[in-house]
Amino acid sequence: MDWGALQTILGGVNKHSTSIGKIWLTVLFIFRIMILVVAAEKVWGDEQDDFICNTLQPGCKNVCYDHFFPISHIRLWALQLIFVSTPALLVAMHVAYRRHEKKRQLRKGDQKCEYKDIEEIRSQRFHIEGTLWWTYTCSIFFRLVFESVFMYAFYFMYDGFRMPRLMKCSAWPCPNTVDCFVSRPTEKTVFTIFMIAVSSICILLNVAELCYLLTKFFLRRSRKAGNQKQHPNHENKEETKQNEMNELISDSCQNTVIGFTSS
Amino acid sequence: MNWAGLYAVLSGVNRHSTAIGRIWLSVIFIFRIMVLVVAAESVWGDEKSAFTCNTQQPGCNSVCYDHFFPISHIRLWALQLILVTTPALLVAMHVAYQQHQEKKLLVMTGHGDAKHLEEVKKHKMRIAGSLWWTYVCSVVFRLLFEAVFMYLFYMIYPGYQMVRLVKCEAYPCPNTVDCFVSRPTEKTIFTVFMLVTSSVCIVLNMAELVYLVVRACARRGHHNSNPSSAKGSFYGHKLSSEYKQNEINQLLTEQDGSLKDMLRRNPSLQEKGDRCSAC
Repeated sequence: MDWGALQTILGGVNKHSTSIGKIWLTVLFIFRIMILVVAAEKVWGDEQDDFICNTLQPGCKNVCYDHFFPISHIRLWALQLIFVSTPALLVAMHVAYRRHEKKRQLRKGDQKCEYKDIEEIRSQRFHIEGTLWWTYTCSIFFRLVFESVFMYAFYFMYDGFRMPRLMKCSAWPCPNTVDCFVSRPTEKTVFTIFMIAVSSICILLNVAELCYLLTKFFLRRSRKAGNQKQHPNHENKEETKQNEMNELISDSCQNTVIGFTSS
Repeated sequence: MNWAGLYAVLSGVNRHSTAIGRIWLSVIFIFRIMVLVVAAESVWGDEKSAFTCNTQQPGCNSVCYDHFFPISHIRLWALQLILVTTPALLVAMHVAYQQHQEKKLLVMTGHGDAKHLEEVKKHKMRIAGSLWWTYVCSVVFRLLFEAVFMYLFYMIYPGYQMVRLVKCEAYPCPNTVDCFVSRPTEKTIFTVFMLVTSSVCIVLNMAELVYLVVRACARRGHHNSNPSSAKGSFYGHKLSSEYKQNEINQLLTEQDGSLKDMLRRNPSLQEKGDRCSAC
């Protein structure tokens, strides 16, 4: 179970995301996870072995390293990436639940079910509306929260995003104050800034996606209200359902619904 | 065989689980196994090489490490995850057995063609009857293993915290020697994280158990309000061919999905099944 498995799991969610969501997922996998695995892990690989303190006192190096690096950058990024990608699973679970309901309808031979066979249900892409819209919006909100929390934790733990070259340590058992030297500080600073920048881009993409979803929601609502205003006498449920279906057809650019009849 | 192999084996079980069971499986794979593999293993990677004692006495380092870390956290978590995920295989075995029985029935009633047999493989089994008991047993075992390992952890590493300094006086160390653990804070953070996810899994298992019991009681209440079984003497009842026929019918009604649909679509098959007393 590694990053490849996570990619497989999340690849399925991609189908039901908005375009911005797909871009976000690509940025996550290529500019964050891949960079972490192929580059950053090697930079931080010798972080403790090459952390050298100007003392022969046994234990001083261990204690000073632990004092200045309570949790390594690599582990923090790994946790951040796991937490940030998992809300998408909420959407995957909701889609799976909807598919399950449609299959049940199909099996019961329900007239309302517009799909003719199970394969069609499996390959059908659901529109982000109704309860799915709320699940999707919640997942984006959680992503934003996790990203911000981790960025703040980073800033708080490492006092900014720069890796210093030298640290002065006076924790026991170090005798007096001891100079400790960090391995590859410049390279680490470069990668830290890169990861922070990409994290900010992901936050912006999430905010944009949230705005897009909200705009779509309000537009759809105003269109519905406009339709109802134009036809004040036709307030019964059937006409409303018919209008909704017509909207669905005009909205979607693929997967036309077959076999539906007008009332 | 590695974690990916285990994932492949358990993904099959996923299909026959309840919704809570699927959430539990996702939590196990993403927040425990994945975190173990991508993060925790590298934190504990240098646990022995960077374990430093304030002495030059050869052998003291090894002896003290062995005294304070009888079994590494990583290995304990790996064992815990394997033992906790394997009861799900009981369910997989039972489902395979039920599918085998279904296929036999189909062949007996003359519908043993490839299409129907494929349908048996594909449809989802309902958690009812003996499968319910197997499922409940697997959840109970999961809970048991989780609890046992959490207790073991607490016994071996009291307080779940990784100390920075341990004082060691095992032979051949001269007197009491200070030994320093590598990355104690990071290890404490990951220990607490794994403990929290373990507790979440325990809560999910308990919720699943409650859900299964409530569902079974609800189903029983529904059956009691619709009594349909004929009464007779216990042994005569058991030995009669009518009882055997009822068992077959119960098998047919218990299994959801394609088999019921098949019978619904072919009423002649249903009549044949009713007339058949030697099945």
